[in-house]
Amino acid sequence: MIIGLDVGGTHTDVVLLGQEGLARQIKVPTNPSDLFATVLTGLEKITEGIDPAHIRRAVLSTTLTTNRIVQRRIPDVGMIVSAGPGMDPELFRTGPHYHTVSGAIDHRGRENTPIDEAQVLKVADSLKKNGIRYLGVVSKFSVRNPDHEVAIAELIGTQFEKVFLGHRIAGNLNFPRRIATTFLHASVYPIHKDFFEAVLNSMAKKGLSVPIRILKPDGGNMRFDASIDHPAQTILSGPAASVMGSVAFAPKDEECLVLDIGGTTTDMAVLVNGVPLLDPMGIRIGDHKTLIRSLETVSIGVGGDSVVRVVDGKIHIGPDRLGMAMAYGGPVPTPTDAIFILGIGEGGDLEKAREGIQTVADALGTDVQDAANRIFEQACRTILDKAGSMINRINAKPVYTVHELWEGHRLQPRRILVLGGPAPWFAKGLERLSDSRVNVVPRWTVANAIGAGLARTTCEVTLFADTEREIATAPEENFSTVIPSNYTKEDAIATAMDLLCRKAIARGANSDHLELEVIEAMSFNMVRGFCTTGRNIRVMAQVKPGLIHGYDPIAKKIMDSNFV
Amino acid sequence: MLRARNRTGLVFFPAFDWAISPTHPEREERLLYTQDQVFEEGILDVEGIIEYKPDLVTKKDVQRAHFCVPDLWAVMTESHFISAGGAKTIAMAVMDKQVERGFALVRPPGHHANRVVHGARGFCNVNIEAIMIEYIRQAYGVNRVAIVDTDCHHGDGTQDIYWHDPDTLFISIHQDGRTLYPGSGFLSELGGPNAVGATINIPLPPNTSGEGILYAIREVVLPILKEFQPEIIVNSAGQDNHYSDPITNMNFSAQGYAELTTLLKPDIAVLEGGYAIEGALPYVNAGIILAMAGMDYSHLREPDYDPVKIRQTPEVTRWVHKTCDKVLENWRQRRHLGEMVRGDNTFMERDRNIYYDTDNIHEHQKETIRVCERCGGALRIDSAARAKKHILAVHIPRKACETCRKQGYTWYEEADMTQYDKIYLQDRCADVIIEKAEPS
Repeated sequence: MIIGLDVGGTHTDVVLLGQEGLARQIKVPTNPSDLFATVLTGLEKITEGIDPAHIRRAVLSTTLTTNRIVQRRIPDVGMIVSAGPGMDPELFRTGPHYHTVSGAIDHRGRENTPIDEAQVLKVADSLKKNGIRYLGVVSKFSVRNPDHEVAIAELIGTQFEKVFLGHRIAGNLNFPRRIATTFLHASVYPIHKDFFEAVLNSMAKKGLSVPIRILKPDGGNMRFDASIDHPAQTILSGPAASVMGSVAFAPKDEECLVLDIGGTTTDMAVLVNGVPLLDPMGIRIGDHKTLIRSLETVSIGVGGDSVVRVVDGKIHIGPDRLGMAMAYGGPVPTPTDAIFILGIGEGGDLEKAREGIQTVADALGTDVQDAANRIFEQACRTILDKAGSMINRINAKPVYTVHELWEGHRLQPRRILVLGGPAPWFAKGLERLSDSRVNVVPRWTVANAIGAGLARTTCEVTLFADTEREIATAPEENFSTVIPSNYTKEDAIATAMDLLCRKAIARGANSDHLELEVIEAMSFNMVRGFCTTGRNIRVMAQVKPGLIHGYDPIAKKIMDSNFV
Repeated sequence: MLRARNRTGLVFFPAFDWAISPTHPEREERLLYTQDQVFEEGILDVEGIIEYKPDLVTKKDVQRAHFCVPDLWAVMTESHFISAGGAKTIAMAVMDKQVERGFALVRPPGHHANRVVHGARGFCNVNIEAIMIEYIRQAYGVNRVAIVDTDCHHGDGTQDIYWHDPDTLFISIHQDGRTLYPGSGFLSELGGPNAVGATINIPLPPNTSGEGILYAIREVVLPILKEFQPEIIVNSAGQDNHYSDPITNMNFSAQGYAELTTLLKPDIAVLEGGYAIEGALPYVNAGIILAMAGMDYSHLREPDYDPVKIRQTPEVTRWVHKTCDKVLENWRQRRHLGEMVRGDNTFMERDRNIYYDTDNIHEHQKETIRVCERCGGALRIDSAARAKKHILAVHIPRKACETCRKQGYTWYEEADMTQYDKIYLQDRCADVIIEKAEPS
């Protein structure tokens, strides 16, 4: 059996999935000031009376690191950055303990300027004097040649509790993001480690030795031990949990828009033939643009409990939430109240809802029914408009080959999958106002936790080969090898797939059911003068995001034991 | 948050799957290292630098600037539709005020493509700047445009297209034509009889460095631009003045290019040549983008940059100053020079041979322009490519006077069909192109 747990802003959803389908589902209130208690309570309650030996794993999606980054409750960490020529590295300063040192590597991974050991030692001294325990080391183009980062770590690494090296973070080119991401890893490392070790210990004490996995924002999971080296990959996994919760029920031959409508926000994503679209660069959290891979999601401030106001005769919905709907004792009118008035949904105190919507109707100079109608319609229309802009934005993303531009596919989803608390109510409005078919995801209130539980282990590999320099390297994997001058793109793909396979298994994937794919493979002849001097090859491969092997029967049972 | 001082649009289209031939300088690899540098610097993450996906140009867009022989499909590939489209996309973003400035980092380039196109010359098939400019004139009613071509090679194609247009100021700064392809762009090339002075050539001696090029910008280009008062400044941003360029002999640097861009403040820059793909382009392009965005580029330099090694000699400096003085003198006397050129003529002719180095085509052109004080003048081009097509092309300029317009139609209607494979009329007043040919 598998446990899926998703910590949300107000509730934490926990499910227990077995061959019989959804064996158990619970909701516990989230205590933002004590997530540890929240998670532990959730795990204890869901396993009550279950033999822990039957539980294969628990996949957790938490807001731990996200909250600490957003609230800036993170320890001081040191950064050592070597940039070489280009933009001024001061522009990427992460905090007071940010030091730039000499050293330069170019776009092909060749050293232009060596590092200055004395300078590095001096910086380390100063960091130590300031009580720094966690360190990030980043050099420009380290994903082409990590030597400088490695040399700095070897020189001073033992003086710190944990050192994160930029080239081990991600294979993409983007120096400022590499700095930001390395910084975040170092910053949340102790928080993440202490939290999950405490969870594991407490569970062990109660006789619940369940292996833990952590959900990532790309909709995949990783083993807890692997997460120790990539702690910031645990941020913003909430939207991914929901999207993965819809994947099991998405058509495999169609494009779908996924809408997770919550109390405060609506999160949006796109599935193409049942596979979620990824953001090619990395997620943004607060002011930090990172290299942390994530699903392509957009969050807007419209949800069931959004505040409804009338300003200059116009309805405004959200982006804030001041509590529950008035029907449930909340302080201000909300779309949920409008839904109750219209009879689209039922619940709470109808009189309270009417009271709330009456204030809106008065401000608009109309009756309650009309006001409710206009609120609901506007909420639905806003969601559809924003979803439309997201699709347009994805379609407008640049491509770099004639083939892609000429043959380029344009997204045009014609089906919407809705989940989240008010999903069935909103579905009715969305269907009326759009020309898409609208489906409510089964078990829509806990689909997020189901998604966390069923998500597959994901990871990716970037390989760079330069036959003139006779080197193939995937610094993120600590891999580098000498290659012959006749090394081809196909050889590079084979190497990358092999690395990916090993990485996926180490991160927790099932070696019998790996779904790997090449996402980019390019080979350029390098011509100097009028002779071809070598080939410059770039390959990226990934585990396709999706659900674990064998989820179909579970998903089917979840569908059958339903509903609406 | 890192923010651009000027909102800057960028089309980056490296055409990673297109080459003239496998080892040709204009090949897949050309912008690979530029992409690496731009991505690694994180330039596309800067707030206010906006990357656009290029639109394609339409057939009509191309035909506003060109006569394609035998037809458009014979001279255009998919990648030409995209690279011209990239320039057009940037121009639209600027005209629509989505951005203050824009840079089309696209290939293949275009500034050696003439008005009549039989094939590729100087790696260019169609003139992507001209297609862009004629589009914004048509769509946004822009009239006065200045093009500053800072490619190391003379922008002879752009010069050809705007030779007779008094509303387009074309300034080309390049390595002296006696020492480099295409062998033109001399001081005496000042524009056709109706547009004398609107073409300006600043040929600089080999081994001119930043000092000389920036001197020409400050002392000649900027004052002339100020006087011309263009609505739009376009920079044909070739990058082959770089000290490491394999096919030229100049000594410009990434810092120099960034400073040139800062001085020139182009509304739109379009990439042209530049073939030091590893040692120069990554740094020059990053420098141009940062300069356009109004950001600090003081830390940007090539790994092997040594200002002492590339400093220009006093002799070069003297030559540069002399050339600049002469250019300014011609500019001041342009009205007088125009009168001298026109004399009492009503029609004037130009007879020339044009060689297409890339496609090895020999074209012979006989051009007739109606001398006109009210407009750019009706233009008739008799063009024969050896062992290929013989065509007649008639061009009626934008804002043509009634007499020139009538003249254009008369030339078109009275042309002897038996003499030509095809006869074209490009009427820019009506924004149409019509063609006729003897049934074969």
